[in-house]
Amino acid sequence: MNTEVVNSYIPIYVKAFLLTLKIGWVGVVLAFILGIAGAFVLYFKLPVLSALTRAYVELFRNTPLLVQLFFIYYGLPVLGFKINAEVCGAVGLGLLGGSYMTESIRSGLDAVPKIQTESAVSLGMSRSQTFLSVILPQAFSISIPALVANVIFLLKETSVFSAISLMDLMFTAKDLIGLYYNTTESLFLLVVFYIIMLLPVSFAGSMIEKKMRFKMFGDGKHGI
Amino acid sequence: MEEKEILKVDHLTKKYEDLTVLEDISFSLKKGEVVVVVGPSGCGKSTLLRCINGLEEIQDGKVSIEGKTGMVFQSYDLFPHLSVLQNLMLAPLKVQKRKKEEVQKEAEQLLERVGLLAKAKQYPRQLSGGQKQRVAIVRALIMHPEVLLFDEVTAALDPEMVREVLDVIMDLAKQDKTMLIVTHEMAFARAVADRVIFLDGGSVIEDTDPENFFGSPRTERAKRFLRTFEFESVNAS
Ligand SMILES: Nc1ncnc2c1ncn2[C@@H]1O[C@H](COP(=O)(O)OP(=O)(O)O)[C@@H](O)[C@H]1O
Ligand SMILES: [Mg+2]
Repeated sequence: MNTEVVNSYIPIYVKAFLLTLKIGWVGVVLAFILGIAGAFVLYFKLPVLSALTRAYVELFRNTPLLVQLFFIYYGLPVLGFKINAEVCGAVGLGLLGGSYMTESIRSGLDAVPKIQTESAVSLGMSRSQTFLSVILPQAFSISIPALVANVIFLLKETSVFSAISLMDLMFTAKDLIGLYYNTTESLFLLVVFYIIMLLPVSFAGSMIEKKMRFKMFGDGKHGI
Repeated sequence: MEEKEILKVDHLTKKYEDLTVLEDISFSLKKGEVVVVVGPSGCGKSTLLRCINGLEEIQDGKVSIEGKTGMVFQSYDLFPHLSVLQNLMLAPLKVQKRKKEEVQKEAEQLLERVGLLAKAKQYPRQLSGGQKQRVAIVRALIMHPEVLLFDEVTAALDPEMVREVLDVIMDLAKQDKTMLIVTHEMAFARAVADRVIFLDGGSVIEDTDPENFFGSPRTERAKRFLRTFEFESVNAS
């Protein structure tokens, strides 16, 4: 491996990395918003909306992101909506992520015992107060491992953005290999930057998990 | 004791689909009165309390309450993600919009009273069952309900913790709180009750004072029910 080549590529990768990170995290935030909304609808079994949410979840969980991006990027303009690649990537990722987050948060909500709701209602709390202050925080603690896995999954899925000509990490690597044939260096940097993107998420995830779950369940070591 | 009726249950009927769980139940509680509800398992005691505090829809009759109820359940139902103090303060702050300092002060006073001030910053998982139930009682109390409902609050406790919880309820009776208590602790029932309601098969079979109920129950069903506790008292003496 030629370190000079690696060094000269770094600025190009940093640019692609920042773009990937930006779109990835916008997508993740969107996914959380959709996931909380979707889980709320399913948890309260809201009529009509529940059926729509179920259809949305099944549709997006059971089709590849690439196909979804093609639909948004090439399909919407046909219907008269112009959309740029960055927005398309973030929205596509958000929609895919929203379907996963909905399921993860909903299963967390379902795992909170019914007596918790009844206690809160017995104390005079409204349904929305109960949901926000009692049920959702507990559901999050229960769902954290699944949510962290979803975030990592979504950030990795950014690698298909190159298909809609977004100059993300994957696009950059392919482009450089195509132009200069420095395959080893290009792939090396690709792996390094993905790890830089994802390792902190893994670490932060474990830390949040430890902290939030410890409050509720303890970890056996610190006991009483 | 004042004569004002705080809680009035009028011809209440509760069904789950075809199953009639409570049938034509009528009774009332005056201010400061302590009424104990006893009866065999499955006779509808929990359902009665749940109908009174609005957790269940009723099919017929009426429940009228002067003010609001507070309830303590059999299972420890503290909010596990909140500390003891936060458990106590959540509803007063969110529902009653009271001032934080005032609520915290009252929470600490009440915790002191049940001997748990030292646990204020701990989480429910760090408490014993008896401690959790005492916190649950305080959590109901701090909302200043006109009627307190207790549903077998010691039934899930280890025997050595039953006493500490019952003592708290006895203390509340001395403060003239109005309470409707479901319990299987017969000695406690006899000591705390102004009146005993015996429920069987979803109906009120007896509604009388504790001396009469425990001393000379009128009905065959009550006698049979009380006999199931005899082994217990033989054991204890
Ligand atoms: N959600 C429910 N759906 C159907 N039946 C129920 C439900 N809850 C309680 N029951 C029935 O109602 C009866 C009374 O139950 P419950 O009030 O819990 O009795 P107790 O507290 O006196 O032991 C029982 O036969 C029980 O099976
Ligand atoms: Mg019961």
